[in-house]
Amino acid sequence: MSENSLAIRKFSDLANPTRFLALAARVLPWLAVLTVLFFAVGLWLSFTTEGDYQQGETVRIMYVHVPAAWLSMMCYTVMAISALGTLVWRHPLADVSAKAAAPIGASFTFLALVTGSLWGKPMWGTWWVWDARLTSVFVLFLMYLGLIALNRAMEDPARSARVSAVLVLVGFVNIPIIKFSVEWWNTLHQPASVMRLGGPTIDPEFLWPLMVMAIAFTLLFFSLHIAAMRNEIWRRRVTSLRRQAARNAGRESLAP
Amino acid sequence: MMSHAAYVLSSYAVAVATVAGLVLWVVGDGRARQRELKALEAAGIRRRSVEATGGEST
Repeated sequence: MSENSLAIRKFSDLANPTRFLALAARVLPWLAVLTVLFFAVGLWLSFTTEGDYQQGETVRIMYVHVPAAWLSMMCYTVMAISALGTLVWRHPLADVSAKAAAPIGASFTFLALVTGSLWGKPMWGTWWVWDARLTSVFVLFLMYLGLIALNRAMEDPARSARVSAVLVLVGFVNIPIIKFSVEWWNTLHQPASVMRLGGPTIDPEFLWPLMVMAIAFTLLFFSLHIAAMRNEIWRRRVTSLRRQAARNAGRESLAP
Repeated sequence: MMSHAAYVLSSYAVAVATVAGLVLWVVGDGRARQRELKALEAAGIRRRSVEATGGEST
Protein backbone atom coordinates (compact mmCIF):
# COMPACT_ATOMS: atom_id res chain seq x y z
CA MET A 1 0.00 0.00 0.00
CA SER A 2 1.39 3.38 -0.93
CA GLU A 3 2.10 6.05 1.64
CA ASN A 4 -0.63 8.27 0.22
CA SER A 5 -3.50 5.80 0.35
CA LEU A 6 -2.48 4.90 3.89
CA ALA A 7 -2.80 8.56 4.87
CA ILE A 8 -6.23 8.76 3.23
CA ARG A 9 -7.32 5.61 5.02
CA LYS A 10 -6.19 7.04 8.35
CA PHE A 11 -8.22 10.17 7.67
CA SER A 12 -11.34 8.25 6.73
CA ASP A 13 -10.88 6.01 9.76
CA LEU A 14 -11.33 9.16 11.79
CA ALA A 15 -14.65 9.70 10.05
CA ASN A 16 -15.94 6.78 12.06
CA PRO A 17 -17.36 8.36 15.24
CA THR A 18 -16.59 5.30 17.36
CA ARG A 19 -12.94 5.43 16.36
CA PHE A 20 -12.93 9.15 17.08
CA LEU A 21 -14.34 8.49 20.57
CA ALA A 22 -11.60 5.94 21.24
CA LEU A 23 -8.92 8.35 20.03
CA ALA A 24 -10.38 11.20 22.09
CA ALA A 25 -10.35 9.06 25.23
CA ARG A 26 -6.67 8.30 24.65
CA VAL A 27 -5.54 11.81 23.73
CA LEU A 28 -7.57 14.01 26.11
CA PRO A 29 -5.79 13.20 29.41
CA TRP A 30 -2.40 14.01 27.85
CA LEU A 31 -3.67 17.21 26.29
CA ALA A 32 -5.20 18.28 29.60
CA VAL A 33 -1.96 17.68 31.51
CA LEU A 34 0.09 19.55 28.87
CA THR A 35 -2.37 22.46 28.97
CA VAL A 36 -2.09 22.78 32.75
CA LEU A 37 1.72 22.60 32.59
CA PHE A 38 1.96 25.30 29.95
CA PHE A 39 -0.47 27.52 31.85
CA ALA A 40 1.55 27.08 35.05
CA VAL A 41 4.78 28.14 33.33
CA GLY A 42 3.02 30.84 31.28
CA LEU A 43 1.32 32.45 34.28
CA TRP A 44 4.51 32.32 36.29
CA LEU A 45 6.40 34.08 33.47
CA SER A 46 3.53 36.57 33.02
CA PHE A 47 3.88 37.83 36.57
CA THR A 48 7.63 37.52 37.14
CA THR A 49 8.94 39.28 34.02
CA GLU A 50 9.57 43.02 33.93
CA GLY A 51 6.88 45.58 33.12
CA ASP A 52 7.23 47.72 30.01
CA TYR A 53 8.81 51.19 30.31
CA GLN A 54 5.78 52.76 28.63
CA GLN A 55 2.93 50.36 29.40
CA GLY A 56 4.10 49.54 32.92
CA GLU A 57 2.21 46.69 34.54
CA THR A 58 -0.53 46.70 31.89
CA VAL A 59 1.76 44.81 29.49
CA ARG A 60 0.70 41.72 31.47
CA ILE A 61 -2.80 42.08 30.03
CA MET A 62 -1.24 41.33 26.63
CA TYR A 63 -0.30 37.81 27.76
CA VAL A 64 -4.03 37.00 27.88
CA HIS A 65 -5.31 39.39 25.23
CA VAL A 66 -3.03 38.35 22.36
CA PRO A 67 -3.53 34.55 22.73
CA ALA A 68 -7.31 35.04 23.09
CA ALA A 69 -7.42 37.18 19.95
CA TRP A 70 -5.26 34.68 18.07
CA LEU A 71 -7.57 31.82 19.10
CA SER A 72 -10.68 33.77 18.13
CA MET A 73 -9.36 33.74 14.55
CA MET A 74 -7.89 30.23 14.60
CA CYS A 75 -11.17 28.79 15.90
CA TYR A 76 -13.06 30.38 13.04
CA THR A 77 -10.49 28.98 10.60
CA VAL A 78 -11.03 25.50 12.08
CA MET A 79 -14.77 26.02 11.55
CA ALA A 80 -14.22 27.11 7.94
CA ILE A 81 -12.12 24.00 7.21
CA SER A 82 -14.84 21.89 8.84
CA ALA A 83 -17.44 23.64 6.68
CA LEU A 84 -15.44 22.62 3.59
CA GLY A 85 -15.37 19.09 5.00
CA THR A 86 -19.16 19.13 5.25
CA LEU A 87 -19.79 20.57 1.79
CA VAL A 88 -17.00 19.00 -0.28
CA TRP A 89 -16.10 15.66 1.30
CA ARG A 90 -19.26 15.11 3.38
CA HIS A 91 -17.04 14.06 6.23
CA PRO A 92 -19.44 12.89 8.95
CA LEU A 93 -17.46 14.54 11.75
CA ALA A 94 -16.97 17.89 9.99
CA ASP A 95 -20.33 19.24 11.08
CA VAL A 96 -19.75 17.96 14.62
CA SER A 97 -16.43 19.82 14.66
CA ALA A 98 -17.90 23.11 13.40
CA LYS A 99 -20.81 22.97 15.82
CA ALA A 100 -18.59 22.13 18.80
CA ALA A 101 -16.13 24.94 18.01
CA ALA A 102 -18.62 27.83 17.87
CA PRO A 103 -19.22 28.39 21.62
CA ILE A 104 -15.48 28.02 22.31
CA GLY A 105 -14.66 30.60 19.64
CA ALA A 106 -17.30 32.97 20.97
CA SER A 107 -15.80 32.72 24.48
CA PHE A 108 -12.28 33.50 23.29
CA THR A 109 -13.50 36.42 21.18
CA PHE A 110 -15.37 37.76 24.21
CA LEU A 111 -12.19 37.43 26.27
CA ALA A 112 -10.15 39.26 23.62
CA LEU A 113 -12.68 42.11 23.50
CA VAL A 114 -12.92 42.52 27.29
CA THR A 115 -9.16 42.33 27.96
CA GLY A 116 -8.57 44.72 25.06
CA SER A 117 -10.95 47.19 26.64
CA LEU A 118 -9.30 46.80 30.03
CA TRP A 119 -5.94 47.58 28.40
CA GLY A 120 -7.35 50.39 26.26
CA LYS A 121 -8.75 52.39 29.18
CA PRO A 122 -5.41 53.03 30.94
CA MET A 123 -3.27 53.10 27.74
CA TRP A 124 -5.45 54.77 25.11
CA GLY A 125 -7.71 56.60 27.54
CA THR A 126 -10.83 54.92 26.18
CA TRP A 127 -12.61 51.58 26.62
CA TRP A 128 -13.61 51.34 22.99
CA VAL A 129 -13.23 53.01 19.60
CA TRP A 130 -14.92 51.99 16.38
CA ASP A 131 -11.67 51.52 14.46
CA ALA A 132 -11.30 48.80 11.81
CA ARG A 133 -9.63 46.19 14.04
CA LEU A 134 -12.01 46.52 16.98
CA THR A 135 -15.08 46.67 14.79
CA SER A 136 -14.12 43.63 12.69
CA VAL A 137 -13.45 41.56 15.84
CA PHE A 138 -16.82 42.67 17.21
CA VAL A 139 -18.41 41.49 13.95
CA LEU A 140 -16.63 38.14 14.42
CA PHE A 141 -18.17 37.89 17.90
CA LEU A 142 -21.64 38.54 16.47
CA MET A 143 -21.07 35.89 13.77
CA TYR A 144 -20.20 33.30 16.40
CA LEU A 145 -23.39 34.14 18.28
CA GLY A 146 -25.41 33.94 15.07
CA LEU A 147 -23.98 30.51 14.23
CA ILE A 148 -24.69 29.21 17.73
CA ALA A 149 -28.27 30.47 17.45
CA LEU A 150 -28.67 28.86 14.02
CA ASN A 151 -27.34 25.50 15.23
CA ARG A 152 -29.73 25.57 18.16
CA ALA A 153 -32.72 26.68 16.11
CA MET A 154 -32.65 23.63 13.83
CA GLU A 155 -33.50 20.30 15.44
CA ASP A 156 -32.15 18.06 12.71
CA PRO A 157 -28.34 18.21 12.47
CA ALA A 158 -28.41 16.78 8.94
CA ARG A 159 -30.36 19.81 7.76
CA SER A 160 -28.58 22.51 9.76
CA ALA A 161 -25.12 21.19 8.76
CA ARG A 162 -25.19 22.47 5.18
CA VAL A 163 -26.85 25.79 5.98
CA SER A 164 -24.41 26.68 8.73
CA ALA A 165 -21.46 25.43 6.64
CA VAL A 166 -22.36 27.89 3.88
CA LEU A 167 -22.74 30.67 6.43
CA VAL A 168 -19.37 29.85 8.06
CA LEU A 169 -17.64 30.03 4.67
CA VAL A 170 -19.27 33.35 3.76
CA GLY A 171 -18.21 34.76 7.13
CA PHE A 172 -14.62 33.63 6.60
CA VAL A 173 -14.13 36.80 4.54
CA ASN A 174 -13.88 38.58 7.88
CA ILE A 175 -10.72 36.73 8.98
CA PRO A 176 -8.26 38.36 6.53
CA ILE A 177 -10.04 41.66 7.17
CA ILE A 178 -9.30 41.31 10.90
CA LYS A 179 -5.70 40.25 10.27
CA PHE A 180 -4.84 43.04 7.83
CA SER A 181 -7.15 45.77 9.17
CA VAL A 182 -4.23 47.30 11.04
CA GLU A 183 -2.30 47.69 7.79
CA TRP A 184 -5.09 48.63 5.40
CA TRP A 185 -6.62 51.34 7.55
CA ASN A 186 -5.39 53.88 10.02
CA THR A 187 -6.35 52.23 13.29
CA LEU A 188 -5.79 53.09 16.93
CA HIS A 189 -4.93 49.42 17.40
CA GLN A 190 -1.20 48.87 16.82
CA PRO A 191 0.02 46.75 13.86
CA ALA A 192 1.29 43.18 14.23
CA SER A 193 4.49 42.79 16.24
CA VAL A 194 4.80 38.98 16.55
CA MET A 195 3.39 37.31 13.43
CA ARG A 196 4.90 39.57 10.81
CA LEU A 197 7.33 39.34 7.90
CA GLY A 198 10.82 40.02 9.15
CA GLY A 199 10.24 38.46 12.58
CA PRO A 200 8.88 39.71 15.89
CA THR A 201 9.78 43.23 16.94
CA ILE A 202 9.11 42.85 20.62
CA ASP A 203 11.70 42.32 23.32
CA PRO A 204 12.39 38.69 24.44
CA GLU A 205 11.35 39.77 27.94
CA PHE A 206 7.76 39.99 26.65
CA LEU A 207 8.02 37.46 23.83
CA TRP A 208 8.66 34.49 26.13
CA PRO A 209 5.58 34.78 28.35
CA LEU A 210 3.53 35.65 25.27
CA MET A 211 4.65 32.54 23.37
CA VAL A 212 4.17 30.17 26.31
CA MET A 213 0.71 31.59 27.01
CA ALA A 214 -0.17 31.33 23.31
CA ILE A 215 0.81 27.63 23.31
CA ALA A 216 -1.13 27.09 26.55
CA PHE A 217 -4.27 28.70 25.11
CA THR A 218 -3.92 26.73 21.86
CA LEU A 219 -3.63 23.45 23.80
CA LEU A 220 -6.65 24.50 25.85
CA PHE A 221 -8.60 25.12 22.68
CA PHE A 222 -7.83 21.68 21.23
CA SER A 223 -8.63 19.91 24.51
CA LEU A 224 -11.97 21.71 24.75
CA HIS A 225 -12.73 21.21 21.08
CA ILE A 226 -12.09 17.44 21.14
CA ALA A 227 -14.12 17.10 24.35
CA ALA A 228 -16.98 19.18 22.92
CA MET A 229 -16.95 17.08 19.72
CA ARG A 230 -17.20 13.96 21.84
CA ASN A 231 -20.17 15.49 23.71
CA GLU A 232 -21.85 16.29 20.40
CA ILE A 233 -21.42 12.69 19.16
CA TRP A 234 -22.91 11.41 22.41
CA ARG A 235 -25.77 13.91 22.10
CA ARG A 236 -26.58 12.64 18.59
CA ARG A 237 -26.44 9.03 19.78
CA VAL A 238 -28.90 9.79 22.58
CA THR A 239 -31.26 11.44 20.07
CA SER A 240 -31.13 8.52 17.63
CA LEU A 241 -31.50 5.93 20.39
CA ARG A 242 -34.57 7.73 21.73
CA ARG A 243 -36.04 7.84 18.25
CA GLN A 244 -35.33 4.15 17.83
CA ALA A 245 -36.98 3.42 21.18
CA ALA A 246 -40.05 5.42 20.17
CA ARG A 247 -40.29 3.48 16.89
CA ASN A 248 -39.98 0.16 18.69
CA ALA A 249 -42.66 1.19 21.19
CA GLY A 250 -44.95 2.17 18.33
CA ARG A 251 -44.42 -1.17 16.60
CA GLU A 252 -45.10 -3.17 19.77
CA SER A 253 -48.33 -1.34 20.52
CA LEU A 254 -49.54 -1.96 16.96
CA ALA A 255 -48.75 -5.67 17.03
CA PRO A 256 -51.70 -7.90 18.00
CA MET B 1 -9.13 56.28 38.11
CA MET B 2 -8.12 52.69 38.80
CA SER B 3 -4.47 51.80 39.25
CA HIS B 4 -2.76 49.79 36.51
CA ALA B 5 -2.68 46.75 38.78
CA ALA B 6 -6.47 46.87 39.04
CA TYR B 7 -6.80 46.67 35.24
CA VAL B 8 -4.35 43.76 35.13
CA LEU B 9 -6.15 41.93 37.92
CA SER B 10 -9.59 42.42 36.36
CA SER B 11 -8.25 41.14 33.02
CA TYR B 12 -6.95 37.96 34.63
CA ALA B 13 -10.15 37.60 36.65
CA VAL B 14 -12.27 37.76 33.47
CA ALA B 15 -9.91 35.28 31.79
CA VAL B 16 -10.13 32.82 34.68
CA ALA B 17 -13.92 33.14 34.82
CA THR B 18 -14.31 32.61 31.06
CA VAL B 19 -11.97 29.61 30.91
CA ALA B 20 -13.48 28.06 34.05
CA GLY B 21 -16.97 28.55 32.62
CA LEU B 22 -15.97 26.84 29.36
CA VAL B 23 -14.30 23.90 31.08
CA LEU B 24 -17.23 23.39 33.48
CA TRP B 25 -19.71 23.57 30.61
CA VAL B 26 -17.84 21.03 28.47
CA VAL B 27 -17.25 18.61 31.38
CA GLY B 28 -20.83 18.98 32.66
CA ASP B 29 -22.32 18.50 29.19
CA GLY B 30 -20.23 15.33 28.73
CA ARG B 31 -21.34 13.90 32.08
CA ALA B 32 -25.00 14.61 31.36
CA ARG B 33 -24.82 12.89 27.95
CA GLN B 34 -23.01 9.89 29.49
CA ARG B 35 -25.78 9.58 32.08
CA GLU B 36 -28.43 9.63 29.34
CA LEU B 37 -26.60 6.94 27.36
CA LYS B 38 -26.29 4.75 30.48
CA ALA B 39 -29.99 5.20 31.25
CA LEU B 40 -30.92 4.19 27.70
CA GLU B 41 -28.67 1.17 27.87
CA ALA B 42 -30.16 0.17 31.24
CA ALA B 43 -33.59 0.36 29.59
CA GLY B 44 -32.37 -2.18 27.04
CA ILE B 45 -32.12 0.27 24.15
CA ARG B 46 -28.88 -0.26 22.25
CA ARG B 47 -27.53 0.82 18.93
CA ARG B 48 -28.43 -1.53 16.10
CA SER B 49 -24.78 -1.95 15.14
CA VAL B 50 -24.01 -3.05 18.69
CA GLU B 51 -26.83 -5.64 18.66
CA ALA B 52 -25.79 -7.01 15.27
CA THR B 53 -22.19 -7.73 16.16
CA GLY B 54 -22.82 -8.73 19.75
CA GLY B 55 -21.18 -5.93 21.68
CA GLU B 56 -18.51 -4.84 19.22
CA SER B 57 -19.68 -1.42 18.12
CA THR B 58 -18.85 -0.07 14.70
